Amino acid sequence: MTAAPPREADRPGAPRPVAVGPAAPPARRRRRLLLGALVAVTLALVAASLATGGYDITLRGLLTDPAQREMFLISRVPRTLALVFSAVAMGIGGVVVQLVTQNRFVEPTTAGTTQWAGLGFVVMLVLVPGAPPLVRMLACSAFAFVGTMLFLGVLRGVRARGGLVVPLVGIMLGAVVGSGTLLLATTFDLQQSLGAWRSGGFSSVVRGFYEPLWAVAAIAVVTVVVADRLTVVGLGRDVATSLGLRYRRTVVLGVSLVALSSGVTSVVVGFLPFLGLIVPNVVSMLLGDDVRRNLPWVALLSAALLVACDLVGRTVVAPMEIPASVVLGVVGAAAFLALVLARGPRAAR
Amino acid sequence: MPHADPAQEARTGPATTPPPRRAGRTGLDWRARLVLVGAVAVVLVACFLFLFVKGPLSFTLPRRATFVGAMAVVAFTQAVATVAFHTVTGNRILSPSIIGFDSLYVLMQTAAVFALGGATVQRADGLAGTVAQTVLMVVLATLLYRWLFTSRRGGIVTLLLVGVVLGLAFDSLSSFLQRLLSPTEFDVLQLDLFGRMGAVKAEELPLAVAVCAVVGVLVWRRRDRLDVLLLGPEHATALGSSHRRELTTVLVLVSVLVAFSTALAGPMTFFGFLVATLAYQVAGDWRHRAVLPMAFLLGFATLVGGQFVLQHVFSANGYLTILLEGVGGLVFLTLLLRKKALT
Repeated sequence: MTAAPPREADRPGAPRPVAVGPAAPPARRRRRLLLGALVAVTLALVAASLATGGYDITLRGLLTDPAQREMFLISRVPRTLALVFSAVAMGIGGVVVQLVTQNRFVEPTTAGTTQWAGLGFVVMLVLVPGAPPLVRMLACSAFAFVGTMLFLGVLRGVRARGGLVVPLVGIMLGAVVGSGTLLLATTFDLQQSLGAWRSGGFSSVVRGFYEPLWAVAAIAVVTVVVADRLTVVGLGRDVATSLGLRYRRTVVLGVSLVALSSGVTSVVVGFLPFLGLIVPNVVSMLLGDDVRRNLPWVALLSAALLVACDLVGRTVVAPMEIPASVVLGVVGAAAFLALVLARGPRAAR
Repeated sequence: MPHADPAQEARTGPATTPPPRRAGRTGLDWRARLVLVGAVAVVLVACFLFLFVKGPLSFTLPRRATFVGAMAVVAFTQAVATVAFHTVTGNRILSPSIIGFDSLYVLMQTAAVFALGGATVQRADGLAGTVAQTVLMVVLATLLYRWLFTSRRGGIVTLLLVGVVLGLAFDSLSSFLQRLLSPTEFDVLQLDLFGRMGAVKAEELPLAVAVCAVVGVLVWRRRDRLDVLLLGPEHATALGSSHRRELTTVLVLVSVLVAFSTALAGPMTFFGFLVATLAYQVAGDWRHRAVLPMAFLLGFATLVGGQFVLQHVFSANGYLTILLEGVGGLVFLTLLLRKKALT
């Protein structure tokens, strides 16, 4: 009953039964259709996000009234862009972490990466209170990097332990780091900053504050370039090495990408749980495991999901808002549970 | 170390107790161990009550006594809940607080304020209200976790992960609902919910102590049945014990205990686990007559001693629970990584 051998199906590199019909071409056509639909949905959500807010902005007003245009550019556009960028960062980060750990159930928040970034955030507040955002982001990224490498080091002892121990270890490591962060914050009276940081503030995102998130776009491009190598890393150390890949170097590269994007995202918008977990898994279920082909899907779906969560959070309690991270926590945890529980009968076969 | 039998260690790993035959062969008898730890606890309580008193004793003593009472209740509830839970679920990793019992309690409280409004909840704050809320919580928790444990999806690790994520989901849902509350309702909830041991009111204690006493008697009378369950579900069934019924009973008791613990001291994820793990090592006997009191005494001594040291040596008052969370998390992680039986 306690036996849980490592299951092939838990590894991103392992072939997944793709819902292919009797012939391949219809499948490809369907995929294209699906992609088109996804693009349309994402664009619609983005438009809705641009149109939602306390200040009354209409399409015609945008063209004629300079005040409305100003408001639009100061608040609406940055917020929506920040949503899209951080969603892409977390989604792609999830893909990379899953490949590097060879485990489907890991993502930046369940690998401790985000919690380490949070520790970096508080440490910076304590040591260099007036640090410019860029320095703060670099520090958070450095902490995230160290933490993720630590996680990978811990994992090396448990690689053969079956799929579900890995995220568990990550969550627990994250909890320990989190309590350390809380201790530090309590000592220096920073609980409020920590709380504000944790609940993910897209409401405070305005022009002049979100621009560092453009770095995420660069990271996404780099990820696409090295996607094939990361796919090979996902096959495991031995296979990757025998295929002529510098395993360690590629792992470090992958972790750096994740750490950098989590660091930047965490400083600007805070903590976004489960996004990097659900989206890559859903995409893999639909399309299989070709990382390079999946990346645009992951990016689009992540953006759509986060924008949707943010819209819900903004409209339910209209003049106030519920942080997107809270909505995401509810939706994401439910989806995660569905993934884990759905795996039961399939793995038993 | 109470038991250092290498063959035994190799078979079950360091974290499990030896089989009955070997219990208490090395070192002290379990009764002597209980007396020893009990004496330490008493000394610590005395230190906490009577040292570093500034001003008249008649002012400090009642407040400190209330604090000690709250710590006793928390130690009792967490220790008994965790040990009994470990026994009926047949493992020593899954613990009620870790798999989300206290998050569920917080969610239910939030939902009550959300659905009924703060005023109603506050008016019903007397005995009847508390009882009604607790009953509701107990029914829901029992149903949910009974389903989880009897459906047997995958191994312990699956259950643990599902429990942890359920806890996270409950937390998110609570904070979602809390955002929907008006500020006054939120205040009511805050008063209701996030108890701190240091701020427990004296008039809340009698009910908690009474509930602890009742549950304690119930568990104590089942201690032999719990011992039988340790043999595993097959043997226990062969010996005439209904595993399902025991599971349900213990789940009910555990949810009551966790509800009171959370109401008094707020959520504490790893404390029960920490105390139970320590008790298995120190008790010197595998039977519940030794483990249950030992876990309680260890927990009590840890809380009182920790609070005493933090308050007077480091003058850091609110840190005890945070510190316990960190230490407990590390111990949990180490055990999780070490435990061969998990694979």
